[in-house]
Amino acid sequence: MRLVVVDSERCVGCQSCMFACSRSHGEAGLSKTCIMVRSVGGMEYGFVIVVCRACENPSCIKVCPTNALSRRGRGGVHLDISKCIGCGNCRDACPIGAVFWDDEINKPMICSHCGYCVNFCPHGVLKMEKGEGRHA
Amino acid sequence: MLKNDSFANVLYIDLTEKRFWIERREDLFNENIGGSGVAISLLHEECPENCDPLSPENPIIFAVGPLTGLFPLASKTVAMFKSPHTNNLGESHCGGRSAIAIRMAGYGAIVIRGRSDFPVYIAIHGNKVYFRDASALWGMRSSFTAGRIIREKEPGEGLRTIMRIGRAGEKQVSYACVTTETYRHFGRLGLGAVFGSKNLKAIIISGKRSLPVVDNKQYKRLYSDIYKVAVSTPAMKKYHDLGTPQNVLPLNELGGLPTRNLKETRFEKARELSGENFAENYLGRRIACAHCPVGCVHIAVLRDPYGDEPYFYKTSMISYDYEPIYALGFMLGLPDVPSFLKLMDKIEVLGLDVMSAGVILAWATEALERGIISIKETMGVEFKWGELDQYLKAIDLIVEQPNEFYQALARGVEYASSKYGGKDFALAFGKNEMPGYHTGPAAHLGYSIGARHSHLDNAGYSIDQKVLTKKSLSPREMAEALISEEQWRQILSSLVICFFAREVYKPEIVSESLKVAGFELGIDELKEIGKKIFYEKYKFKFREGFSFDSLRLPKRIFETPSPLGKLDEGYMRSVLEHVKEIIK
Ligand code: SF4
Ligand code: SF4
Ligand code: SF4
Repeated sequence: MRLVVVDSERCVGCQSCMFACSRSHGEAGLSKTCIMVRSVGGMEYGFVIVVCRACENPSCIKVCPTNALSRRGRGGVHLDISKCIGCGNCRDACPIGAVFWDDEINKPMICSHCGYCVNFCPHGVLKMEKGEGRHA
Repeated sequence: MLKNDSFANVLYIDLTEKRFWIERREDLFNENIGGSGVAISLLHEECPENCDPLSPENPIIFAVGPLTGLFPLASKTVAMFKSPHTNNLGESHCGGRSAIAIRMAGYGAIVIRGRSDFPVYIAIHGNKVYFRDASALWGMRSSFTAGRIIREKEPGEGLRTIMRIGRAGEKQVSYACVTTETYRHFGRLGLGAVFGSKNLKAIIISGKRSLPVVDNKQYKRLYSDIYKVAVSTPAMKKYHDLGTPQNVLPLNELGGLPTRNLKETRFEKARELSGENFAENYLGRRIACAHCPVGCVHIAVLRDPYGDEPYFYKTSMISYDYEPIYALGFMLGLPDVPSFLKLMDKIEVLGLDVMSAGVILAWATEALERGIISIKETMGVEFKWGELDQYLKAIDLIVEQPNEFYQALARGVEYASSKYGGKDFALAFGKNEMPGYHTGPAAHLGYSIGARHSHLDNAGYSIDQKVLTKKSLSPREMAEALISEEQWRQILSSLVICFFAREVYKPEIVSESLKVAGFELGIDELKEIGKKIFYEKYKFKFREGFSFDSLRLPKRIFETPSPLGKLDEGYMRSVLEHVKEIIK
C-alpha cells in the first residue's frame, strides 16, 4: 500500500495531515512531519501537498553514497538510519522536495507510506492505494 | 505546564531600540493559561494608565494557548492593546496560520513596544528576530501587494503567518485592521492603527518544532477522539458547507436582520445575498486556518469585465462571511453579490474593519438623507442606499481624510455623530459599531456589556433565540446568563479555541486535553480562572474610564421592532443595573 494524493483541489490547507504525521512519529507539533502542505503562491490558488510519491526509479536512492536508502516492497523508500551519514544528497535530489530533514539528528525523514495521515484528512485529499500508478 | 515547554517563552520586541529578548514566564501561564488570560495580564504590566493608544507607550500583545499545535481548533491568536477606536480595552482574535506559527516559533506570547523611526517589518524565524526596512512597502495602494512581496522575500513557506496593514492602518484610521494570510483579520478595535502608529507594516513569523506532552499514547488517543467529534458534529459541518452566511435567510425570516441602518429588519434582496446564492454561484474555494479540519473560510470569485475590451476580465478572490454581508449588504442596501464583492474588495485592499466601515457608511447615508450633513461635507459623494459607486468613493476618502468630515468618519460613528448630530441612529455600543443581529434585548445588552463590545463576547443573540422558544428572563437572570457565558468564553479564548468549536470543547474535554499539556485543572478551577480573567479585563476597563452609567443605547434599537417585539428600554436599563451590581 502506498499513499497517494487523489485530488489536491479538495485540500483546504488545514495541515491536519502534517500534525498527524508528526504524531505518528511520537511527537506533537510539526518537526517530525514528512508531509508538507503549502499554498500555490497565495491561498486563493489552492495548495500543493509535498509528500514522497513512491517513484518507480527514485532519484533519492540513486544518489545515496552509503546505500542507506532502498526500495520498499510495494512502493516507497526505506531508510536504514544506521547507514546514513547525513550528507543530504537525497534531499537535494528529490525533484519534489519530499525528503524532509530532522535537524535534531541531522538525518533525512521520508514518508514511509504508513497511512496514518489519511485518517486525519477531512476532505478526501489523501488515500492509501495498492500497486503503482500516479496521481495529481 | 510542562517544565521544558517553550510555551512559557515570551518574546519581547522593542521597536524603538530594534532589540529583542526572551523571558521565561511560567508564572504568567500557570496562572492565566494563555490567550486572553495571559494577554490581559501582560496588558496590565505593559500599558501605562491613560496612555494615548497611538503613542509608543501602547503595547501590542499577542498570545496563543497551551493546546495550540497540540489539538485541532486551538487555532486563534489573541491580540491585546489599548484601542484607538474606543480608547479602552482592545482585544481582537484572528486565525489563519498566526497561532500555529507563534507556537511553532517557540513562544506563548509576543510583546511589541515602542515605535520605529522608519517603516519596518519584523521577521521572526524561530528564535531569531530581524528588523527589516519596509519603506518601499509603506504607502503602497494595496495591502495584497505588500503581502505578496513579503511572501516572496521571506523563508518559511507553508509554516508562516504574515500579518500586515494597509493604507488605513498607515493613516491610523481608528478601525483599521490587521490582515493575516490575505483572508483572516484582527478586525475589530483598530489594531491596524496601532501598527501604523509604530511604523510597523507587517510581522512574519515561522517555525517548526516538537511540543512536549505528558503521555504520548494518551495524547494520540484523545486527539483522535476530539478530531472525530470535530469532523462529525453537524454544528461544525454547517461552517464548512455554507459557512456563517447560512444565517441570512433564517434571520431575515425572523425579522432580525439589521437593514438600512436598522430602519428595517428584513431585506428584500436577502435571497440574493444568502449563503445559498453565494455558495452556488460565487464560491471559488474553501480554506482553513492551520490545524482546523473544518475549513470555514469561504472565498468568492468575482469576474469584473474591463470596459475597454470585450472578453477581458479582472478576476478577484474575496472572502465573505455573515458579518461583512450584513455590514455592506443589508446595512447599505447593496442589491447583489457583485456589488457586495466590489466594496468588500476595496475595504480589504485598504485594510479596514468591514463591520465598522459598513455601519459608518450607513450612518452617513441616513445623515445625508435627513440633511444633518450635506454634500458640501461629503465632497460631492451622494451617499444613497444601494449606490455602490458612491460608497466606493467614500471609502477612499475615509482613508485619505481630506477634510474634517472624513477625519470624523475615520474615527467611527460615535465620534462622527457627537460632532454632527444623529446620535439616535448612530449604531455603536461602547463606541464600537454594531454587529449584525437585531434579535432581541440580549443581543444589544451583550454588545454593551461584553468586555470588548463584540457579539462574540457572550453571544447575546443566542440567548434571544432561547427566549424566543422558552420563557422570558428576569433582568437578574438575563444579567447572570450573559455574564456566565462570557466568563466561560474567557477559558475558550485563553486556550484560543475557535468559538465555532465551543460544542466540541465542552468543559470535560477542556480539562482532559489540558492534562496532556501538563495543566491539572478541574472544571470548577477552570470556571474560577474564567471569572478571574473576566474581572481582570473589567479592571482594565474601569481604569481607563469605562462606566456603566454613561453607556449609550442608541434610540434606533427601540424604534425598530425585533423578532421579540419592540425592545423595552426600562427592562434593558434594569439588566444593566444588575450587571453593574454583579461586576462592581
Ligand atoms: S523521496 Fe522524492 S525521489 Fe525519493 S521516492 Fe519519494 S518522491 Fe521519489
Ligand atoms: S542523507 Fe543519508 S540517506 Fe540521504 S543520501 Fe545521504 S547518506 Fe543517503
Ligand atoms: S489534511 Fe487533507 S485537507 Fe488538510 S491539509 Fe492535509 S491534505 Fe489538505
